[in-house]
Amino acid sequence: MAHEVVLLDFWPSMFGMRVRVALAEKGIKYEYKEEDLRNKSPLLLKMNPIHKKIPVLIHNGKPVCESLVIVQYIDEVWKDKNPFLPSDPYHKAHSRFWADFIEQKVYDTARKIWATKGEEQEVAKKEFIETFKILEGELGEKPFFGGETFGFVDIALITFYSWFYTYETFGNFSIEAECPKIIAWAKRCMQKESVANSLPDQKKIYEFTVWMKKYFGMD
Amino acid sequence: MASSATVTANQLIIMAELKLFRTWSSPFPLRVVWALDFKGIQYDTIFEDLSNKSSLLLQYNPIYKKVPVLVHNGKPLLESLVILEYIDETWKQTPLLPEDPYERATARFWAKFGDDKVLPSIWNVFIKQGKDQEEAIVTAQENLGFVERQLTGKKFFNGETIGFVDLAFGWLAKLLSLWEEVCGVTLIDHEKFPLLSEWIQNFADAPIIKESWPPRDKLITKYQALLEVYTSKEAPK
Repeated sequence: MAHEVVLLDFWPSMFGMRVRVALAEKGIKYEYKEEDLRNKSPLLLKMNPIHKKIPVLIHNGKPVCESLVIVQYIDEVWKDKNPFLPSDPYHKAHSRFWADFIEQKVYDTARKIWATKGEEQEVAKKEFIETFKILEGELGEKPFFGGETFGFVDIALITFYSWFYTYETFGNFSIEAECPKIIAWAKRCMQKESVANSLPDQKKIYEFTVWMKKYFGMD
Repeated sequence: MASSATVTANQLIIMAELKLFRTWSSPFPLRVVWALDFKGIQYDTIFEDLSNKSSLLLQYNPIYKKVPVLVHNGKPLLESLVILEYIDETWKQTPLLPEDPYERATARFWAKFGDDKVLPSIWNVFIKQGKDQEEAIVTAQENLGFVERQLTGKKFFNGETIGFVDLAFGWLAKLLSLWEEVCGVTLIDHEKFPLLSEWIQNFADAPIIKESWPPRDKLITKYQALLEVYTSKEAPK
């Protein structure tokens, strides 16, 4: 019997994790399909012909691509439980702005921390900390970026937490020392089942990265 | 749904204070101009000189220090596509996004594709030379091919009328031919991209859109100067 909701994903992807968290938050049952990105399935290529990337959410046979587009879609379809976005337009726009900020600022810089060395790595570490200090400022004294409740911006950012041990080990620095509020926030998020069950263990991500660097000759 | 000709008391209150920070040439604030004009919303315009940014702009957008910024009753909205969604949710006439969540997701996907892939790939064609430019042309045309197919059976990306994705791609309708002229490369022609060519014509000449374009000669001068900066950087020393 065909599943109503299918997720094409790759376990270490922080983008795929966002969708896992979103689905868990709404209590949606779905079929998880692990992709081998070195050997992409015909289904993935058919469902995301433009980017050929995960995550892809397939709902009643129709694909939705791009993780934050998927998260908003999930929020709008299953709108009666745990809304991710505030209801008033200004606060919604505020959340979308910060999710977009995370989208623009975190991934490329973070990647350089484990993927590069020397001067390039130092610049990346500096930018990473600057970005997270800005995020700390936005978080302020709130328990979550969404305010009292876990929401869209929290979902957009928390999945990077599973990569923190990797960044810290390769970059030889402590994120907690620089941004203690972010770590406190992350631990708070991890207390939620939807988050804890969706994020892989940080050490496993590190082992994966070590393997990946060897495999692609990046050492 | 209120007709665009009727202004209700509610709308008067909402319209109370609306300011748009823009430059004369940047295509991103133009999206906001189009959205507001389509909905018949009154607003004040503040033109910025990005080489000498106003303290107000820096106060409203300290992170990016860019335009557009839309200030509504003293509260700033940033990032053009985020602003478009805000406008659509605040003023319900002439909706830009469809109601159906799947169609909304599709619209958001295409707007993102435009900004993340199409625009940078075309910009690369404009600023690069030689082999780099040849490679850039291949990527750009591949991206434009996807866009072309998205128009199958439709006049606009939104269907019969202009919508969110059309506004997101609006820069293409004017700047593509301009950049092609300045750098001497033709990226799209009527034979290979018939639907896109039609869309460009229909969009550029649509009411409201037509009146909004910055002066063409001024744009040509600006991009010629910009191209010179890039070519002099690449020139062998």
